[in-house]
Amino acid sequence: MSATLPLPTWRDEAWRYADLKALEPVWPKLDGPEKITVAEGDTASRQITTLPIIDDVGIVDLDISIGDNATFALHVLASAADYGRIQVKVTLGKGAHFELGGAILGSGTQTLEIVTETIHAEPNATSNQVVRSVLAGKATGSFLGRINVVRNAQKTDAAQSVKAMLLDRTATANAKPELEIFADDVKCAHGATVGELDKQALFYMASRGLPPELAQKLMLQAFIADAFVSMEDDAARETIERKALEVLERLS
Amino acid sequence: MLKIENLHAQVGDIEILKGLSLELNAGEIHAIMGPNGAGKSTLSYALGGRPGYEITSGSVNFDGQDLLELDPHERAAAGIFLGFQYPVEIPGVSNLQFLRESLNSQRKSRGEEPLSGAEFIKLAKEKAGLLKMDMDMLKRAVNVGFSGGEKKRNEMVQMGIIDPKLAILDETDSGLDIDALRVVGSGINAIMRKPDKAVLLITHYQRLLDLVKPDFVHVLAGGRIVKTGGPELALQLEEEGYEAVAA
Repeated sequence: MSATLPLPTWRDEAWRYADLKALEPVWPKLDGPEKITVAEGDTASRQITTLPIIDDVGIVDLDISIGDNATFALHVLASAADYGRIQVKVTLGKGAHFELGGAILGSGTQTLEIVTETIHAEPNATSNQVVRSVLAGKATGSFLGRINVVRNAQKTDAAQSVKAMLLDRTATANAKPELEIFADDVKCAHGATVGELDKQALFYMASRGLPPELAQKLMLQAFIADAFVSMEDDAARETIERKALEVLERLS
Repeated sequence: MLKIENLHAQVGDIEILKGLSLELNAGEIHAIMGPNGAGKSTLSYALGGRPGYEITSGSVNFDGQDLLELDPHERAAAGIFLGFQYPVEIPGVSNLQFLRESLNSQRKSRGEEPLSGAEFIKLAKEKAGLLKMDMDMLKRAVNVGFSGGEKKRNEMVQMGIIDPKLAILDETDSGLDIDALRVVGSGINAIMRKPDKAVLLITHYQRLLDLVKPDFVHVLAGGRIVKTGGPELALQLEEEGYEAVAA
């Protein structure tokens, strides 16, 4: 993404659900990806709770290289932007681990997406990606997760869990795992669901005296907590969860 | 306390309650028995205000209020507790958080002060102890991974914490082993056998009624109460069957 590259089109897999109209005026102003390198054996993390907004468009573009036996954990909250995109390319070294936890919380006509390309370039590396979306109004929330396991990357263990909750029938959730595996001794698990709030649970909660808005809040809070459960720093987790809760309260 | 008059209720296009009338006074325990499909669960859901259970005519008065005017959470705050035949699992929400929020929502709507964390934990410990339930289970997500019997016991712990005026218990005895049934039975007595409270027990079996002695037994068949008697009616039903007794 920079002024030298042409604007992407919907034919490009990684951009098929993007709001290209919103992107177009912002496109020339974007820098290329931010490079993050985690040295061999190191542990690093990053939390993104607010997208960097230019003209109501927020784009995060990361190119992460995780050294041998190193770990990188990325936790993101995609919410405040007309069009928001968190795009991550990760290359894993031997025995490295990549952890992604993401929440997409959208309403109105927002288009929010998390797009990952995880390259298992060496053996014994693991990756785990958990994305939870809550979408209201006419919002669109998408997760596109591409995993490439190269020929010699034996014992790769890559997992993706993607769940979306639609608060209105007019909202849209897209979940697209894309696996390209050239090694033969690997585990790649992926699961995706799209659903609505459990009506039976809502009635059960009401029967105990919880007003509908509070019951919904408790259920949604629990739903998106999955995305942040892997955070080891309690204070950082509380910060991102509190921020997510503020957004949720406005959605419902 | 509760006066149901000529209640008609339908689910979808099918009328299930066809003119049911029933009156419960404070201090009374009423049992409702009846064959499968008679409308027992529909009665409990209709009283709880479950969406999809449409009241087409009749009235329900609870403590001087028109119950049917209230939303489900308002009925709870008014003092009605629904014990579910199939308690619902709520992943990710702990029992303690759920019950504290529920109880404090009820208190708020009655203009009472909310319980503090410490006060609530004390209350929860007491009620869990009464039902012989481990506090660790209350820290877990609501009903997730609970056996059928544990779910029913959890319903009774919830009833103890919420301390309602009227409990409508839908087959609380199903799924319980003999020991658990005894614990649940004495729990119901300890929590609800009081002069200012009432219980509507929906059950298929005499076993529970040996432990929680009803003042009245009603037979519900075809969407109506077809017979009312004392505890002896339950025994007669057990021996002779619904068809013979209700005919």
